[in-house]
Amino acid sequence: MSEADTKAASPPEEAKDERVRQISPLRKALVRPELGSICGVILVFVFFFLIARDSGMFSPEGIQNWTVVSAQFAIIAVGACLLMIAGEFDLSVGSMIGFSGIIIAMMSVTYEQPMWLSIIVAFAIAMGIGWLNGFLVIRTGLPSFIVTLAFLYILRGLTIFLARVTTNKTIIGGVRDAAEGDWLAAIFGGKILTGFFQWLADNGLIDKFVAGNRAGEPVVDGVPMLVVWAIGLIIFGHILLTRTRFGNWIFASGGDAQAARYSGVPVNRVKILMFMFTAFCATVFATCQVMEFGSAAADRGVLKEFEAIISVVIGGALLTGGYGSVIGAALGALIFGVVQQGLFFAGVESSLFRVFLGVILLLAVILNTYIRRSITGER
Amino acid sequence: MTTPLIELKNIEKHFGSVIALNGVSVSVYPGECHCLLGDNGAGKSTFIKTMAGVHQPTKGEIFMDGQQVVFHTARDAIEAGIATVYQDLAMIPLMSVTRNFWMGREPLRRLGPLKFIDFDKANRVTMEEMDRMGIHLREPDQAVGTLSGGERQTVAIARSVYFGAKILILDEPTSALGVRQTSNVLATIDKVRKKGIGVVFISHNVRHALAVGDRFTVLNRGQTLGTAKRGEIEAEELQDMMAGGKELAQLEGSLGGTV
Repeated sequence: MSEADTKAASPPEEAKDERVRQISPLRKALVRPELGSICGVILVFVFFFLIARDSGMFSPEGIQNWTVVSAQFAIIAVGACLLMIAGEFDLSVGSMIGFSGIIIAMMSVTYEQPMWLSIIVAFAIAMGIGWLNGFLVIRTGLPSFIVTLAFLYILRGLTIFLARVTTNKTIIGGVRDAAEGDWLAAIFGGKILTGFFQWLADNGLIDKFVAGNRAGEPVVDGVPMLVVWAIGLIIFGHILLTRTRFGNWIFASGGDAQAARYSGVPVNRVKILMFMFTAFCATVFATCQVMEFGSAAADRGVLKEFEAIISVVIGGALLTGGYGSVIGAALGALIFGVVQQGLFFAGVESSLFRVFLGVILLLAVILNTYIRRSITGER
Repeated sequence: MTTPLIELKNIEKHFGSVIALNGVSVSVYPGECHCLLGDNGAGKSTFIKTMAGVHQPTKGEIFMDGQQVVFHTARDAIEAGIATVYQDLAMIPLMSVTRNFWMGREPLRRLGPLKFIDFDKANRVTMEEMDRMGIHLREPDQAVGTLSGGERQTVAIARSVYFGAKILILDEPTSALGVRQTSNVLATIDKVRKKGIGVVFISHNVRHALAVGDRFTVLNRGQTLGTAKRGEIEAEELQDMMAGGKELAQLEGSLGGTV
C-alpha cells in the first residue's frame, strides 16, 4: 500500500517507463486514420491544378462535375465504412443499386404506382435484404465476404430477371414523367439553392449559357440533392461513430466481437443494423441516379461495391475491422471522383484510372498497416 | 464468521458423458482472495464459467449473501455483481482506454432529443480510476494496444471495480505476464481486496497464488481436494495436490525445486 502511495504522489514523469519513447505531437497528429486520405487529397489537387488548370476542371461546371461524381462514391462509402469498422463487408452493394433502381422504375412506370410509394417499397425491400445478409452472416458464422458475394450474384440475376419478365427490356425509362410533382422524388432528384446560383449568375460571378434552349440560365443552377445526401450521410455517420454509444459499439464489434459480448455489447444487433444501413446507402444512390437519368438499368452499379471498399480503405479503415473514419472514407471518395474526372479533363487515356486505383489501394493498405502498428505497438 | 458473498455447494457439471465437475464446493468472503488452483483440465474454467453464469450447473446450489440464486445467463451473474476478467479477452487493443473502460455502459449526455457519450466525464473517471490502480496514462484516448499485458489486466479490473463488482473472477491473469507485470497485477488484486470485494483468483502457478491468496482450493479431475488457509499449507503440498501424485515430487527432486 505504501508503495502505491509514494507512486501516486510522485510526479507522473517518474512513473513513466523510461523505455517508452516520448511521442512527438507531430507524430501523434499523423497517426490517425485520415492521414493517408488527407495527403492523397492534397496530392491529387496539386497534381490536377498543375496539369489541367486550363481545361475547365476548376471552373464552376468543372467543380460541379467532379463534386457530383465524388458525392456518388461518398454515399456508398459511408455505409461501407461503418460496416467495415463493425468488422464486416458487403459485396452486394453494386447489385443492390441495380436492384433498387429497377424496383423503383418497375413499380412507378410499369405498374403506375405513385412514385413515393415505389421509393419507400424499394427502401423497405433493400433494407430487408440487408437484414437478411446480416442475419445469415451472424447465424451461419460464415465470413460476410462469402455471404454477400452470393447476394452479389443473386440480386444481379433477379434484377435482370424482373426487368425482362415485366417489360422485356433491361432498361426501364420514363421515370422522369412519373416523378413529376412527387414530394418524395424531389428529395432525391431536385436541386437546392437555385435562387442563390441565379443571383450569382446575375451578378456575373458565374457564367450563363449564351445559346441553346437554356440560354440565360446559369451554367451551374444549384446544388444537386445527391450532394446534399452525401454531405448529410457523412455528417450523420461521423457523429454516430465518434460521439454516440452506438458508435462505440460499432468499434467494439469490429475490434473483438467476443470481448465486446463479454462487456454487454449487443454485437449481433450492431452488425445487422450496419448491413441494413449499407443497403440504405445503396438505395439512396440508386434513387438519386434513377431520378437524374430518368431511367433504371439492370446493369447499374457494377463494381460499385469495390469502389466503396477502396474509398473506405484509402480513408484509413482496417480491412479487419475495429478502426477507421467516416471523414477519411469521404476524402477517399473525393480522391476517387477528382481523379476519375480529372483524367478526363486532362485528356489522359481514361483506362489509366484503373491503374491509378490499384496503385493507390496498395499504397493506402501499406500506410494503414504502418499506422496500426504504431497504435498497437505490434512489430 | 460473516456470511460468504457467494457460496457454491456440490456443483456438478456434465457435458454429455463427460463429468467436468463432480461436486465442487467453494465459498468467497468479502475482502478475501480465494485462489483456485489446478492443472490443465482440472475443471477450473468450467467452474468459474458456472460461477459467471455462462454454464448452468447440472447439480448443486449457489448462494449469494445466504440467499439461493440461479443464473440463467452471464447477464444475470453480472447484474448480481459477479465480474469476470478473461485473460486474453479483456480489452480491444485498437480502441482507446476510455472507450474500452466504458464499453457497454457509456455515460450519456443529452443534447435536445439526442444522446451523446459524455467524453468529459468518461475521460476524467478513467484517468482517476487508473491512477487509483497505480497506472499513469499519458492520455485517456491512447489505444489499449500501447499498454502492456499487465496494464491491460489492470484496466479490466479497474473497470469491474468501478462498475460495482462484489465478486471479481480473474481467469489466469498472470499466466502470460513477465515478472514485473505479474507483481503489478498481484498488487492490484491486493488493492481490490482491501475495498471489501471478494476475489477469485484462478492460476496454476503456486507462487503467484501464495503471494496474494487468503485461502486456497485445489481442483483435480473435477473434484475439490480441500481448502486450506494461508499459513496452513506449503507450496510443495499445493503443488503435489495439483499434480495429484508422487510422480511430480520425484520429478521435482531431479529438477531441484518447486516448478
